Amino acid sequence: MANTTGVAVKMVNITKSFGSVLADDQVNFELLHGEIHGLLGENGAGKTTLMNILYGLHQPDSGEIIIQGEKKEISSPHKAVEEGIGMVHQHFMQIPTLTVIDNVILGLESLNSFKLNRARARERLVQISKIYGLQVDPDACIWQLSIGDRQRVEILKALYREVKILILDEPTSVLTPQETTELFHTIRKLVDAGLSVVFITHKLEEAMSITDRVTVLRDGKVVATRKTQDTNKAELACFMVGREVLFRLKREPYEDKQKYEVLRVENLTVKSDRGSLAVRDVTFNVQSGEIVGIAGVDGNGQTELVQALTGLRHVQGGSFWVDGVNLTNASPREILEHKVGHIPEEQNDALVANFTLIENLMLNRHYTDEFSKCGILDQGKMESRSRELIRQYDVKASSEKAIARTLSGGNKQKLIVAREIARDPRLLVAAHPTRGVDIGAEESIRNLLLEKRRQGGAILLVSTKLDEVLSLSDRILVMEKGRIVGEVTREEADIEKIGLLMAGTRTTT
Amino acid sequence: MIERIQNLLHSDQMGKWVRPFFTQVLIVLLAFVLGGFVILGIGADPIAAYAALIKSAFGNVNSIAETLVKACPLLLAGLAITLAFRAEFWNIGAEGQLYMGGVLAAVVGIYFTGLPPAVHIPLALIAGVLGGAIAGFIPVILKAKLRVNEVITTLMLNYIIILFTSYLDQGPMSDPIIKAGISRRLLETSWIPIMIKGTRFHWGIPLALLITILIAFLLSKTMLGFQIRAVGENARAARVAGVSINKTIIWTMILSGALAGLAGGIEISGVQHRLIERFSPGYGFLAIAVALVGRLSPIGVIFSSVLFAALIAGADTMQRVAGVPIPVVYLIEGLVIIFASIRSIRIRSPFRRKVTA
Repeated sequence: MANTTGVAVKMVNITKSFGSVLADDQVNFELLHGEIHGLLGENGAGKTTLMNILYGLHQPDSGEIIIQGEKKEISSPHKAVEEGIGMVHQHFMQIPTLTVIDNVILGLESLNSFKLNRARARERLVQISKIYGLQVDPDACIWQLSIGDRQRVEILKALYREVKILILDEPTSVLTPQETTELFHTIRKLVDAGLSVVFITHKLEEAMSITDRVTVLRDGKVVATRKTQDTNKAELACFMVGREVLFRLKREPYEDKQKYEVLRVENLTVKSDRGSLAVRDVTFNVQSGEIVGIAGVDGNGQTELVQALTGLRHVQGGSFWVDGVNLTNASPREILEHKVGHIPEEQNDALVANFTLIENLMLNRHYTDEFSKCGILDQGKMESRSRELIRQYDVKASSEKAIARTLSGGNKQKLIVAREIARDPRLLVAAHPTRGVDIGAEESIRNLLLEKRRQGGAILLVSTKLDEVLSLSDRILVMEKGRIVGEVTREEADIEKIGLLMAGTRTTT
Repeated sequence: MIERIQNLLHSDQMGKWVRPFFTQVLIVLLAFVLGGFVILGIGADPIAAYAALIKSAFGNVNSIAETLVKACPLLLAGLAITLAFRAEFWNIGAEGQLYMGGVLAAVVGIYFTGLPPAVHIPLALIAGVLGGAIAGFIPVILKAKLRVNEVITTLMLNYIIILFTSYLDQGPMSDPIIKAGISRRLLETSWIPIMIKGTRFHWGIPLALLITILIAFLLSKTMLGFQIRAVGENARAARVAGVSINKTIIWTMILSGALAGLAGGIEISGVQHRLIERFSPGYGFLAIAVALVGRLSPIGVIFSSVLFAALIAGADTMQRVAGVPIPVVYLIEGLVIIFASIRSIRIRSPFRRKVTA
């Protein structure tokens, strides 16, 4: 830690909304000289938006930015760089076919002096990389480099522009553990050299190990700012997910004498897109009339687990059964036909934006005998059934022939839930069913899930909203690094305990 | 009355068909106006040139027949492209599929002897359909099994098939007397009969129209059509909903190839009656423009195929009568394509596949 006196940047009462979604709400943020400041929060908490505002990519609706005690308007990234602010995004802004040096000076040199300055630029780049220990071959093409190298290029780009403040947006999400360690070394060197660093993350461990101070955001609001040495993982976890748990929802018990196992998962192992193990040896079950919640920080294998269970991702090892039928590596349609409903985590994976509501509602059942004969669709029936569903599930739309794109986010989600629940699934796999929807839609979707449970449906609920998991689930499984690290029943559910499990502190059970 | 018209204008059918139709017509007219300035620029009279174009394409029964004879393969190949593009399968191989259809139709027409026309004609056309379907199947199976980019395979197959046709015409199938890149005549029992005496207007043209209606029905009212559109609009959502993307694109391309193959078969047994080296003046490539100008709608393709056929038919006359060089006609063609495509496709490159950033 270098000198930590003096404020480098102050963001005051920043508010930013996108359409009806409030991304940042009256956020105050302060970055000191020479500190590593962690910006912690779940996906969608407003961390990246806040920093994109500082970097000039977004303009705030209200609030001000004060740099070195002076109020500044940052209208573009170019302006931000002039103010000494650089940002490394999750997705690198690079041209793969150009060399490192070309990428670094891209946008800096004027064309007529291009050739002349390249040698000098190269020299300077080599010098900078020596000072900070950021070794990259300046003449290599970007596409030849590893992800870790490419990230170093991004950092070099910022350093070349002599930034004093560096924002790193979830820099470790693409790195291997070794690369992460190296990155942390680099960050410390930068701070020693007098830079200030904003480190955006949702990983508690990283926030604890690298930062000097941490600001936690939740739902666009600042929950707390703490000195890292004065806090701990459990406290941060609580800040991240929130304490207020909704117990207002009516949970009528499912009173069937015969509970039976609907979903059985045994030793399931699934790989991620990058080829590493995302789900490791997972075993659990879900019974009729039961909601099993999977809690965990995003990116700990939940996505891959859901994709495996719905036939969208290849299962490497282990098996799963629905109602006793082994559906391991079955096609999505086979799984669907064994009465499994699926609310995917991305709305775009569920709806065809340019299709009508009818077409969207019929997407997973148009081929059934009910709606088609000899391959010809029964338009009349499709229409009348859609009209029914839209009314029954209270989807607000001008007509069933409206184009899905025109609906609000909440109504789109209700349309998806309606489609999946109305098929009367035995098992419903719901991934983040209320992500990005307004409070009204959130409540009605939660009630629909509870109603489904009351009727004896089995529901696997994946959510990063801990309050949602706590208020809906009968049992909660906590996933961390692809494993189920703990199971708690509703009665013994305790936010501190779950927070600790999510943070990777294993309890002996 | 006015109210009824207003209701009609705001009805769903109206929004779906009529408004896009008129915007498209306007766009095409605009391209012609711009082309007119070009004609003016080279010192010719645009009005005289366009009058010559219209006259030579639609001036009398024979010229209309000739235009429609050219529109027929464009229509069928345009439908082939429409179907494939609706599933976002970038089939650039209609030309090759058309040639393959022509080859098989010629084989049946030349070597299957002793058949009555009622059997021989359908058999030749079915052979054409089959040839196209096979040529369409190769790239799609490569895509489905090995993820090979279809733009490359369909494009390259064109050359393979066209050169294969040349080989047949020079070698095994060449006419023993003429010996100049041309096959023997098809047996008359396999010729599609002429519908209007004294012209080349044959029964293949109404057949193509009938097929257009079937394809329109397929796209909007059948299971397969629904899946084709779903896969094209949002493949991930289709997959999540249990639609098999591979199965869908395979069927799409079998049908797409079949349509282009039928275009070739009809051209051989309805017009040319011989398998001639390079018998298609690029119908399969022009079909891409036809499909795009027709906004990837089967009914739209009817109009755009006639439009492009008229441009082909009238090009010579424009040069002769109004002194407009043929390249200028191509230029107008290009303008129509650019103008019409701007609004008819979403700009989405077939080459943009995620390579991990």
